[in-house]
Amino acid sequence: MQSTHTDTTKLNKQQLGSLEKHLLNDFQHGFPLVSRPFQAIAEKLGTTEEMVIDTLAQLQQQGFVSRVGAVFRANSIGASTLAAMAVPEERLEEVAAMINDYSEVNHNYQREHHFNLWFVLTASDEQVLNAVLDDIEHCSGIPVMYLPMLEDYHIDLGFDLKWI
Amino acid sequence: MKVRLRLPALPEQAILDEQDQALITLIQTGLPLSATPYADLGRQLGMDESEVITRLKRLTDENIIKRFGVVVRHHELGYLANAMTVWNIPDEMVSELGSCMGQFEFVTLCYQRPRRLPDWPYNLFTMIHGQDRSDVLTNIQTLIERCGLEKIDHEVLFSTRRFKQRGAIYR
Repeated sequence: MQSTHTDTTKLNKQQLGSLEKHLLNDFQHGFPLVSRPFQAIAEKLGTTEEMVIDTLAQLQQQGFVSRVGAVFRANSIGASTLAAMAVPEERLEEVAAMINDYSEVNHNYQREHHFNLWFVLTASDEQVLNAVLDDIEHCSGIPVMYLPMLEDYHIDLGFDLKWI
Repeated sequence: MKVRLRLPALPEQAILDEQDQALITLIQTGLPLSATPYADLGRQLGMDESEVITRLKRLTDENIIKRFGVVVRHHELGYLANAMTVWNIPDEMVSELGSCMGQFEFVTLCYQRPRRLPDWPYNLFTMIHGQDRSDVLTNIQTLIERCGLEKIDHEVLFSTRRFKQRGAIYR
């Protein structure tokens, strides 16, 4: 997957009805941990369980929803780190594609800086993580600066979407 | 660069039994969109529905699960700009200033990370989203004013291309 940030946004706000907006915004945290969670949501929104499930499936298919589920605290399960490289411009595509091929990589962005490639690695344990980092350095010939989380100061309540 | 990661030690309560780990592995790509998702997960794990729910509640209480719910994709929803904004904060002030920054709704990540001198002096990382660049810069200015960061060096690293984005998979 590759997309530039100058793409026309895929969002056509007209196509998002009130139900879609509520599903996207109101259940980012505190999702019901009950036998029929979508029924519980349907009752709050005055619709049916089937409608909630179908709409969420559609939002997922359209790419607006990544998943319905858990966001884990970094390093409380498995091991992860942020990593950065200073890649010569002419090698950026090649190195980015090489990094994307690792299943341990879940985010990979170009950023405006001397360190221009930033990615997040997640693995079952630290040994696997270190092996992947070594491999990336070896295959690219470019040093990897790694920056594991030391402390998390963020209170994650999701993201308040402002429908403008 | 052969410095090992030396990840911070897990807090005591974060020790997970095998069933927790199996459950986490199964839900990292999301809940099944069915009428009874917890029962469906339980069937795959040999647990009943109430045990799945109890375990998920405990993982949430223990902050192993930071958030449980709909995970949206910012870019697709019109938040086209994001900037990793990095700050060089005196060590003794990181906790106070990090806690201040971490509570703003436009901040989606606020981590202390190690400095890598001389290349990299920054020790606090915030991810700031916005509908466009000026929206992001306005949010950063709000942080500076509200948390008193006028004298703190920072850099704003806008993303220019997304090569990959998906949820973490731990194994």
